[in-house]
Amino acid sequence: MAREITAGELPAPITREQVNQLQRKNRRENLGRSWYKFSRNPLSVIGGATILVVVLMAVFAPWVAPFPEHAQPFTDFANASKPPSAQNLFGTDEIGRDILSRVIFGFRFSLMMGMIVLALVVPTGVFLGLVAGYFQGGWLDTLIMRVTDVFLAVPPLILALAIAAVLEPNLSNAMVAVSLMWWPWYTRLSYGLASTLRNEFYVSSAETLGASKFHILFHEILPNMTSPIFTKMSLDMGWVIIIGATLSFVGLGVQPPKPGLGTMMASGAKFLPDQWWIAMFPALGIVVVVLGFNLFGDGLRDLLSAEGV
Amino acid sequence: MSTEILTVDGLKKHFVIGYEGTINRRPIKVKAVDGINFGLQEGETFGLVGESGSGKSTIAYITVGMYQPTEGKMYFRGEDLFAGNLERPLPLRKEIQIVFQDPGSSLNPRRTIRQILELPLRIHRPKEDPLHEVMRLLDMVELPIEYMHKYPQMLSGGEKQIIAIARALATNPSLIILDEPTSALDVSVQGKVINLLLRLQRELGLTYLFITHDLSLMRNVASRVGIMYLGKICEVAEASQFFQDPQHPYTRMLLSSIPVVSEEEEAAKPEKIESTGEIPSPVNVPAGCSFHTRCPHVMDICKHVDPVMVDTSPGHMARCHLFEQPAELIAPFFVEHGDAVAQT
Repeated sequence: MAREITAGELPAPITREQVNQLQRKNRRENLGRSWYKFSRNPLSVIGGATILVVVLMAVFAPWVAPFPEHAQPFTDFANASKPPSAQNLFGTDEIGRDILSRVIFGFRFSLMMGMIVLALVVPTGVFLGLVAGYFQGGWLDTLIMRVTDVFLAVPPLILALAIAAVLEPNLSNAMVAVSLMWWPWYTRLSYGLASTLRNEFYVSSAETLGASKFHILFHEILPNMTSPIFTKMSLDMGWVIIIGATLSFVGLGVQPPKPGLGTMMASGAKFLPDQWWIAMFPALGIVVVVLGFNLFGDGLRDLLSAEGV
Repeated sequence: MSTEILTVDGLKKHFVIGYEGTINRRPIKVKAVDGINFGLQEGETFGLVGESGSGKSTIAYITVGMYQPTEGKMYFRGEDLFAGNLERPLPLRKEIQIVFQDPGSSLNPRRTIRQILELPLRIHRPKEDPLHEVMRLLDMVELPIEYMHKYPQMLSGGEKQIIAIARALATNPSLIILDEPTSALDVSVQGKVINLLLRLQRELGLTYLFITHDLSLMRNVASRVGIMYLGKICEVAEASQFFQDPQHPYTRMLLSSIPVVSEEEEAAKPEKIESTGEIPSPVNVPAGCSFHTRCPHVMDICKHVDPVMVDTSPGHMARCHLFEQPAELIAPFFVEHGDAVAQT
């Protein structure tokens, strides 16, 4: 039935405060639904829990580790190369340091490596891919994507090795090296996503309304790219940690006596197979972290898919 | 006569989809819209009907400025919509809004209804309180205000389309392009959306360019109807005349292919013409009259000469050699095809 619409008067008895209440209620409901979806996948919950434990151990390493001083320059030749025991759950290394304590401190380097590299790589790569994908066919697209192709054509580990070798071998240079080889993957991924999403009718609608390019890129397109990007980030976290450990293993990352997991494996490798625990437990540490991030990534994808926000 | 709100003059849109030839590279073109003239009267509903691929959506997209026309002009209240190939100024964008066919893809799944409705308000009516306006819009389209914080995928298809209509209304437009607004919806919901559109038109004095492939819907909704075939308009008429006295063979073919239930309805149909063949590809438009491959009254001239629009009665135009004057032009063909002409 036709109704009188008079501008200037609130159509229904609803106040601003009630609107805000409604918004909060809806947010709570959405959060609850997201958690429900995530928790339905037991493997991803296990992955998430693993990450949480590892992160907490890394943050509180000085309090969690049984012998925090063993992460520093330290020798105790009386207890060198002891197999796992109640005193040293993971045994001791060739100069008597507790391996459990050093693995816990080693998590710090691995997580830092992963987080800093992703913090550098994801915004850069995603931004470039988003811009190139939206302005597909223009000169900006050509420029960005050809540079990306050049970086993708260089074997990643070799490039990282070269950079790490030219610069002084330490953790921050390893991060720079890994970042330089990693951003093109995010550019590629978000380029593909953005060039599909730009044809969605909600983008056309914003364009015909006269919305700014900034609004279209960051409010219409980008939020719809989060699911694959976050999933890739979680999986990449594992990869970056492995690459970081590899660089440390060949002596281009964390330098001894600092307890990098890769560094510890390198020094322990000399004593395989007799003193297996020296190399084995740092390696297991890497496996646990990487597995945790990979499992978590799966659940993250379900959590972030738009269908059930 | 009331004033014309939208004037389309010789509009063409050709898309280049590739190239052929190695030395003399020639573009392969899709002639989506190939020379169209029509006008919209203030406050009317003009129904643009055609099969898929006839170019009707392209006209919608050109009107709102998603595409630049290849040739021809479009005027909104006398103002050239594509003056100087510049970005369309905001005041013109505000006046012409569109409702897309698929509500699933025209609303961003990551934005709440409130955010979706606030966008046009912030751009076009920055002085007004967006929250207040969002509530007014929801009330106007009879959706609960609680929907404000929902995401589109929590709503049904019909509700989504109603939100899309509310978004189009948000700028206070004069002309709304409805690009098959109901074809993605259940029949039960279609009626509701149509009634809403009619009510809004009455209350707000809107003009609709209603694009559809559903002829029977046009009977109830449109004041005038235009039939499109392969990027050209074949017939334009007042809705009542259009259904009672169709002129163009294609229109008759379409009207006789509307499914009916009862004998009376069957008898009420103007003429039985079997629908034959498919719409040809717009890449390879037949020479002459583009409909000659399927036309039951095809004459030799149809295969070579493209007919022009002629008035068959006041306000009723058709583009077919059967109605063309002067008669001398087609006189030689009367002899050969006397039977075909006699039928008309």
